[in-house]
Amino acid sequence: MTLATDAATVAPGTRPGRRPVVPLALAGLLTLALVVASLFVGVYDLRADGGGDMFLITRVPRTLALVLAGSAMAVSGLVLQQLTQNRFVEPTTSGTSEWAALGLLLSVILLPSAGIATRMVIASLAAFAGTMVFMAVLRRVQVRSTLVVPVVGIMLGAVVSSLTTLLAISTNYLQLLGTWFMGSFTGVVRGQYEVLWVVAAVCAATFVLADRLTVAGLGRDVATNLGLGYDRLVLLGTALVAVASGVTTVVVGFLPFLGLVVPNVVALLRGDDLRSNLPWVCLGGVALVTACDLVGRTVRMPFEVPVAMVLGLVGAAAFVALVLRVQRRG
Amino acid sequence: MITLDGVAKTYGDVHALGPVDLEIPTGGVTALVGPNGAGKSTMLTIVGRLLGADAGRVTVGGLDVVTARPRELAKRLAILRQENHFVARLTVRQLVQLGRFPHSQGRITRDDEAAVDTALGFLDLVDLQHRFLDELSGGQRQRAYVAMVLAQDTEYVLLDEPLNNLDMQHAVSMMARLRRAADELGKTVVLVVHDINFASAYADQVVAMTEGRVRYVGTPREVMTDAVLSDVFATPVTVVEGPGYPLAVYYRA
Repeated sequence: MTLATDAATVAPGTRPGRRPVVPLALAGLLTLALVVASLFVGVYDLRADGGGDMFLITRVPRTLALVLAGSAMAVSGLVLQQLTQNRFVEPTTSGTSEWAALGLLLSVILLPSAGIATRMVIASLAAFAGTMVFMAVLRRVQVRSTLVVPVVGIMLGAVVSSLTTLLAISTNYLQLLGTWFMGSFTGVVRGQYEVLWVVAAVCAATFVLADRLTVAGLGRDVATNLGLGYDRLVLLGTALVAVASGVTTVVVGFLPFLGLVVPNVVALLRGDDLRSNLPWVCLGGVALVTACDLVGRTVRMPFEVPVAMVLGLVGAAAFVALVLRVQRRG
Repeated sequence: MITLDGVAKTYGDVHALGPVDLEIPTGGVTALVGPNGAGKSTMLTIVGRLLGADAGRVTVGGLDVVTARPRELAKRLAILRQENHFVARLTVRQLVQLGRFPHSQGRITRDDEAAVDTALGFLDLVDLQHRFLDELSGGQRQRAYVAMVLAQDTEYVLLDEPLNNLDMQHAVSMMARLRRAADELGKTVVLVVHDINFASAYADQVVAMTEGRVRYVGTPREVMTDAVLSDVFATPVTVVEGPGYPLAVYYRA
């Protein structure tokens, strides 16, 4: 009765050997080079007096923040894309980041003396609630065409964003909004970034869930057929994305398009085998955000351009290219 | 055995199914036939636990499809729906490997690989196994989906219009493979077919439905009569003797 028993009668297919690790190692080295560059690029001359302290107070925290936030947001994009079966969804096109921002503002207004950990929890909770709203709306949308899904997310995000702005105007926090949410690593120093280690746990959890996420990426029906508790996985995945977005928003601000560009480029090059793609997505996220931050730091020294602005430019171009490509393929 | 006991479903005001009482015996090929909107797919999807019934109870091999543990059920019962649009860019082999998920939870073992090889061989996909799904023709892709369901290695296999979008050649070879799956692998295959003559040529049992009810159950010879088919399809049908099995002719009213 079992299929396995008569396997001998069928010529075994040529199995792909273990994927060569050389390209991954090269990508790792390249990323490492960017990370090292990030440690040594800046206005302050590290050879000057107090250079060592400066290194530990700003450069190391900033670089660690780049690594953590970059990989977390890229992985978040990947998770959302699997859960919605849509290539265009990521935390800033699903409203997740906007909800996190609303949560952050609320925490500032209602609990002015709260610490960064409390703000992080509130922002993550708001992000979770908002993403569940997005998922619930998607379930009711009849036409789930490729482009309708991100449009729904962007619209929901815009509504929440307006609310946040209104709230900020009426509480005199408007000026803060701009600097908060324009994602930037300028203000990341020792004592400010440590909560970001939480997102490392998010990345680790994604590795554990990789196979289940691949199955979920085939849709509710196929997942149910394969015995996967689909709704539970959606909840869990959404929670992971919410934590990553909430924490990143509190510490750094929005990092637009990161979760969109990186997973899609990786999928284009390698297909959608999630388990073997995950290291690539992590590295890609780190490399892209670090490269953009380096550009932002150097184009008009001694001033800085926020990384979100550079990412926005790169990301918007990539987004358009992707839409065109998907339309060509039908 | 698959049993349906008072199973009913309505969509809003539209009465879609039932109440249906039906027993589908273990082994062989059972074809669900009937006009559009007869409730065939609804019934199949409820049996395959992808859709909840409003009333009644379904058991497959003794397991209640609503209350059984999902993982256990996934080792007994596999279902393939009619429309499958996967965004994921997977190779044929990667897709078929996912069929092993209930057994391996993603950690593919030697046994899993063997089952994947068997399923690929069974559907003649060995040469295509490293191609991406989006590089295949519709017929090849349909074969890959069926291979995934076979790799799941369940006793019961439900298929909603597996011949959809297949041309004559590929439809015939698909039906022949499903017949072989029942005969050689001992599976219980239940499928929705649009073309009554395919049911006549390949099925052991035909279940004819109209308006959400099961109207006739029997062997192809029992169901393939002028009176039954004209009634079920609401159009004049003449049954003639074909090459070893009866054929329904209905092209000119």
